[in-house]
Amino acid sequence: MSALTFTLKNRPDQRVDMSPLVCQKLAGLTPAEIGALELQSGKRKVRVDALFNIAGADAQNMVIKNSFGKLDFIGKALHGGSIAVEGDAGAYLGLGMAGGTIHVSGNAGIFAACEMKEGMITIAGDVEDFLGAALPGNKMGMKGGTVLIKGNAGERVGDHMRRGTILIEGDAGDYCGSRMTAGTIAVMGQTGKYLGYAMRRGTLLLWRAPHLSARFNDCGAHTLAFLPILFASFRQLNSRFADPALAFNRVRRFGGDLSEMGRGEVLVKM
Amino acid sequence: MIINGVTIDKTFAEAFPMKATRAIITAQNEKWAMISAQAMTGFATSVIACGCEAGIERVLSPEETPDGRPGVAIMIFAMGGKGLAKQLETRAGQCVLTSPTSALFAGIDADKQIPLGKNLRYFGDGFQISKLIDGKRYWRVPVMDGEFLTEATTGQVDAVGGGNFLVLAESQPQALAACEAAIEAMRKIPNAIMPFPGGVVRSGSKVGSKYKALGASTNDAFCPTLKGITQTDLSPEIESVMEIVIDGLTKEDIDKVMRVGIRAVCDLGADNGIRRISAGNYGGKLGPFHFHLQEIMA
Repeated sequence: MSALTFTLKNRPDQRVDMSPLVCQKLAGLTPAEIGALELQSGKRKVRVDALFNIAGADAQNMVIKNSFGKLDFIGKALHGGSIAVEGDAGAYLGLGMAGGTIHVSGNAGIFAACEMKEGMITIAGDVEDFLGAALPGNKMGMKGGTVLIKGNAGERVGDHMRRGTILIEGDAGDYCGSRMTAGTIAVMGQTGKYLGYAMRRGTLLLWRAPHLSARFNDCGAHTLAFLPILFASFRQLNSRFADPALAFNRVRRFGGDLSEMGRGEVLVKM
Repeated sequence: MIINGVTIDKTFAEAFPMKATRAIITAQNEKWAMISAQAMTGFATSVIACGCEAGIERVLSPEETPDGRPGVAIMIFAMGGKGLAKQLETRAGQCVLTSPTSALFAGIDADKQIPLGKNLRYFGDGFQISKLIDGKRYWRVPVMDGEFLTEATTGQVDAVGGGNFLVLAESQPQALAACEAAIEAMRKIPNAIMPFPGGVVRSGSKVGSKYKALGASTNDAFCPTLKGITQTDLSPEIESVMEIVIDGLTKEDIDKVMRVGIRAVCDLGADNGIRRISAGNYGGKLGPFHFHLQEIMA
């Protein structure tokens, strides 16, 4: 059975809420039934078959072709299966996702992996602000799963993050790890200002020396036994994080944010 | 049955269901992993008074351990799950957490999980850090030499305890040499431990005693100094008897270990003073697992 494929016919002017098109909601539906579903686009509702050519039948393996940055909520609350996005994804990619995999070949918008619970999201390009964060007003961001960004990430990566792993091969913007409660964010590139702002617990793992505020104190150089286990867990990824040559277990540890609980840590490769 | 001049008695060892777990201790080098493992499995020869039976299963190469350091696999057996969990936790806390450079990991997968470092984390006084990696929860506890890394839980499985055989020899040195040879061979087999000192017990017991307070007492039928004054099981030429007790994950594991051990003893043979192999049982009424010596060696 070939993958259920949605090929965008034309780029609409308004943003499109793609949340009805997730694997578990499409299972058992005929192509005609799927085509008759309605998607919110701006203030109008648009039939799926008016926006997309539909092919294939395997709802557990979805492909969105010709995707662009106004297709929001792709993979919202996904429970299982896989979604391959060919092109860019809009905002709220994988919002509240509870399982399965999403792969984006291009870039993704704001709030990607927002409040994600489980599963794997890979973004081959860049991602905008609030990756793995909580929705505005909520207190708990990403709670599990893994997010891999091959490009750069915007500001507020992991804001209010509670659990899970965010891996960024490129740079991360300002306020990376802000208000983090737990979890791990690893950044191979540069990090911006206000790293770990109001961070309570959790780990920021860095390959390059950051600009740290006075709210983080130097705890010295250490060889940490958990790092080889953490890096071993990355080995199956199609990523630079899987490269044993880039792994390390010797770090300089900074504790903070001391204006908060101060139980968070920034580990910098030595 | 006679092998190399050694008589294999037509009898059986009687064993009991137990609960078991395995843990992996790693350290900066094998020396310190072994020190920690020896501490953790110390005073654990018999459930009669130790609360559990424990032993070192084998040394692990860095490639075999979760953190890539030298390690040692230990196994603990107890009569019930609660007792096992208590012994595991107290021993881990006092013998591994305290041991320089150590880390502690689960050594067996099972549906039933029991705390390994789950509660030891509180030693961290709020500074402990949890990491969930590949579905396994680890705790990083700050200690004076750096960090103590421990997996939160390990598996608990049904197991078999009390497999045994007796080596009857013409002299004490010959009995000991035979047991040493047996233990060396038996330790190469996985999934089993020999919990007594050096794997050998010289004070095999029988059920009951003339003293009401005691549930077990010396196995006088196999005590060579009592040959003339008790209902002995020894012929005149036997001067020393030693026992090897085996706990294993399954009956098949114990079968295999007993076969290897008895074979090693028989290889020394009558020329080295080994006369008989026997086994301890309670008439088959107490333990559901029976290890018939002649069947094992057939």
